Amino acid sequence: MSSASSTTTGAAKPSSTRANPANKWEAAADWTDGRLGIYSLAKANLRKIFPDHWSFMLGEICLYTFVIIILTGVYLTLFFKPSMAEVVYNGSYVPLKGIGMSEAYASTVDISFEIRGGLLIRQIHHWAALVFVAAMLVHMMRVFFTGAFRKPREINWVFGFLLLVLGMFDGFFGYSLPDDLLSGTGIRFMEGAILAVPLVGTYIQMFLFGGEFPGHDIVPRFFTIHVLLIPGIMLGLLVAHLILVFYHKHTQWAGPGKTEKNVVGMPLMPVYMAKAGGFFFLVFGIIAAISAIATINPIWAYGPYRPDQVSTDAQPDWYMGFSEGLIRVMPGWEISLWGHTLNLGVFIPLMIFPLVLVAIAVYPFIEGWITGDKREHHILDRPRNAPVRTALGAAWISLYLVLLIGGGNDLFATHFHLSLNSITYFVRTGFFVVPVITFIVTKRWCLGLQRRDKEKVLHGRETGVIKRLPHGEYVEVHAQLPQKDLHTLTAHEQNQPIELPAQADENGVARKAGALTRTRAKLSRGFYGEGSQIPKPTAEEHHEITSGHGHH
Amino acid sequence: MSHDMSEDKLPEPHGSAGEVADHGNPFADPGLPAHEPRRTDIDERAAKRAERQVSLMFVISMIATIGFIASYVAIDPDRIVYIFPLGHVSALNFALGLTLGVALFMIGAGAVHWARTLMSDVEMPSERHPIEASDEVRNDVIEQFKTGAAESGFGRRKMIRNTLIGSMALVPLSGVVLLRDLGPLPEKKLQETGWREATPAKPLALVNMSTMQPMKPEDLVVGSLTFAMPEGLTTHDEDFQQRIAKDALMLVRIAPEDIKDDKSKDLGFEGILAYSKICTHVGCPISLYEQQTHHALCPCHQSTFDLADGARVIFGPAGHPLPQLKITTDDKGNLVATGDFEKPVGPSFWERAR
Repeated sequence: MSSASSTTTGAAKPSSTRANPANKWEAAADWTDGRLGIYSLAKANLRKIFPDHWSFMLGEICLYTFVIIILTGVYLTLFFKPSMAEVVYNGSYVPLKGIGMSEAYASTVDISFEIRGGLLIRQIHHWAALVFVAAMLVHMMRVFFTGAFRKPREINWVFGFLLLVLGMFDGFFGYSLPDDLLSGTGIRFMEGAILAVPLVGTYIQMFLFGGEFPGHDIVPRFFTIHVLLIPGIMLGLLVAHLILVFYHKHTQWAGPGKTEKNVVGMPLMPVYMAKAGGFFFLVFGIIAAISAIATINPIWAYGPYRPDQVSTDAQPDWYMGFSEGLIRVMPGWEISLWGHTLNLGVFIPLMIFPLVLVAIAVYPFIEGWITGDKREHHILDRPRNAPVRTALGAAWISLYLVLLIGGGNDLFATHFHLSLNSITYFVRTGFFVVPVITFIVTKRWCLGLQRRDKEKVLHGRETGVIKRLPHGEYVEVHAQLPQKDLHTLTAHEQNQPIELPAQADENGVARKAGALTRTRAKLSRGFYGEGSQIPKPTAEEHHEITSGHGHH
Repeated sequence: MSHDMSEDKLPEPHGSAGEVADHGNPFADPGLPAHEPRRTDIDERAAKRAERQVSLMFVISMIATIGFIASYVAIDPDRIVYIFPLGHVSALNFALGLTLGVALFMIGAGAVHWARTLMSDVEMPSERHPIEASDEVRNDVIEQFKTGAAESGFGRRKMIRNTLIGSMALVPLSGVVLLRDLGPLPEKKLQETGWREATPAKPLALVNMSTMQPMKPEDLVVGSLTFAMPEGLTTHDEDFQQRIAKDALMLVRIAPEDIKDDKSKDLGFEGILAYSKICTHVGCPISLYEQQTHHALCPCHQSTFDLADGARVIFGPAGHPLPQLKITTDDKGNLVATGDFEKPVGPSFWERAR
């Protein structure tokens, strides 16, 4: 209709000079563009190219489980009562009838038994949270081992790290809300940990709990933190994380036609809209099915929280397991000074916990400093081609796993009929030894794989065909790799260690390098020096071997 | 400094854009491989079949959603069914979860199958542009910023600058002050328990937590473990949770000749020893008692205490023994306490004197 009028009175109208829209959809898009400028936005993004690899889906799982958690979480707030007021249960779950409990616990039992589908939503919420944290950790490992954190993506690495830490803590707060026997025990642990903080511990404890443990404030306070404060921050970080992924464009593996200056893949519309959109439904569907068949956190079986009661096999959710390990295996050291007590047995684990996390958070900056590399990197490293980085990552994971064993020492003891004490002593030693062994083994493993790649490039692949030579010798026929494979296997860069500037300048005046510079040179030798990488095959070596002489 | 010493050591960037296959270099980038068509690209029947498969998945999703609604309406929330190998499960939860799972999964599976079989799978390159701006843009921005800063007079008018910094530094203090009423000050709260109300003149009886009755020494046999709380405390008290978090007792009776610690023996009554039930590590209630060895184990972090030896820590992360409450009997022959613990119960804290 507007098109009709614009043709007649075009000159008088201050409207745009846009051609007439072909149909009402285009008209609607024009209307929106006039207000939001969607065309410019869509021009850059509608057919944006995304490279394809299975490991690039891990981040998507994080995003989708986060959405699932928000959706189910909103539903749960409609029924959950974050109150510690005492009520007597009179619902349909017979074993709890007549028992006094907090409204928080009673409403969680009601969600599980009175509200149709409430149990399903609760279980989806909890399962999705476990998958969320696991997916973030695995996604982070993918980014770590492929070197995708390098410039220009260091800030996005930090955003991702913050999301992981916030996700872990929000999980802990959510776990604490139902006020069942297990979650109350988790809060009690937190109280003990806070009390171990020197000087201000008791003050923080009183302010957090609104008085002595457990008081009546902790559940409503945790509720606000769990549903508003942390998710709000996470949402902001998540959006920033995704904007940066779009802005930087995705990294890609080396291969024919792939360079640092392009990105090869398929367009967002339609392929990735269908694949990624479809993947959301796959993740949601699988988590819904798991929630149908696998019970998680059956709070009705634990009973309401009482500070003088506890169940055996008390375990936090898995992602808190490594901090649980720290707290379990630490010797009970306590220092008394001038009438004060410093509870090192709790305080040291409390300090190591963030250190373990921060170590991985700052890694990109440390590696960047050691290499002195200021260029952008968009081609991923194969883990084997960065042996020291890969070995450090593996050592970190092994530390995490050792502590996880420590966190479940009672379960390991009862399920495998081992001595609890021995497991604890093993973890105490393993904390120091296992990461070192893992580092050495992983590094050698990477070097072995590099040698194999070199062998393949120079001598081709084994065909399985055995040939007998005239003089009786048997050899296996090797076939040259196609050029695309030769390129892919040799596409990685090999950094050289930085060297100290000359000890004396051209006039013979001594010029001493600072301690920092010397450390850096030393670290750089450790990363890229002899014994830390296998020199990749050169074109000359390849010519020499393939030009006829030699029977390979 | 770092610049000059490292840049020349960095390797040459490999495979810059548009590198032409170099016959001299066997490792040169041969360029993007040609697209290989899929069956559905060339065979219209295969494409039709894929189309039917995708639609079938979407239809299954619709049926599953109808099944979800039907289950919600028809199944009684209390109904328990036996499903192999899960055992006895809630019929409603099982039905809702599976139908929802199938409804969602089939949408996803359909979309992915559609993308993989029928949408174009031609890989195409797209240019990257450096994230950094050009020097020209950079210098222009810095110039603009300097102009803006100069126009504000921020650097020139020092008094404005300093008072602004001062006011901005002070204003968050209001927010910090507002947090003061989050809770009371610690004072002596953590040093005392409900047992402080007991005096030699007016002792407090120990109430058995399973019978809710006072106890006589003869009620406790050697080797037994009993949990107790102070008389007058009931589970319906407003502050019950807070009180029991500190007052809970663990009573053991050990043959007097087995008690290694004399002070501990004196605090007890004929081999009955009353220890705090709250672990000195991080405050879990201790609940596992090994009769033969007199060891008590905290199930949370496995701190182990020897109750025959003044609750000394023999294993685990706890830093000091469980506090012991002095007990005796009153004129009715009931076990009573005549005062508070000598040491604070529960996890240690900064103000706790050893």
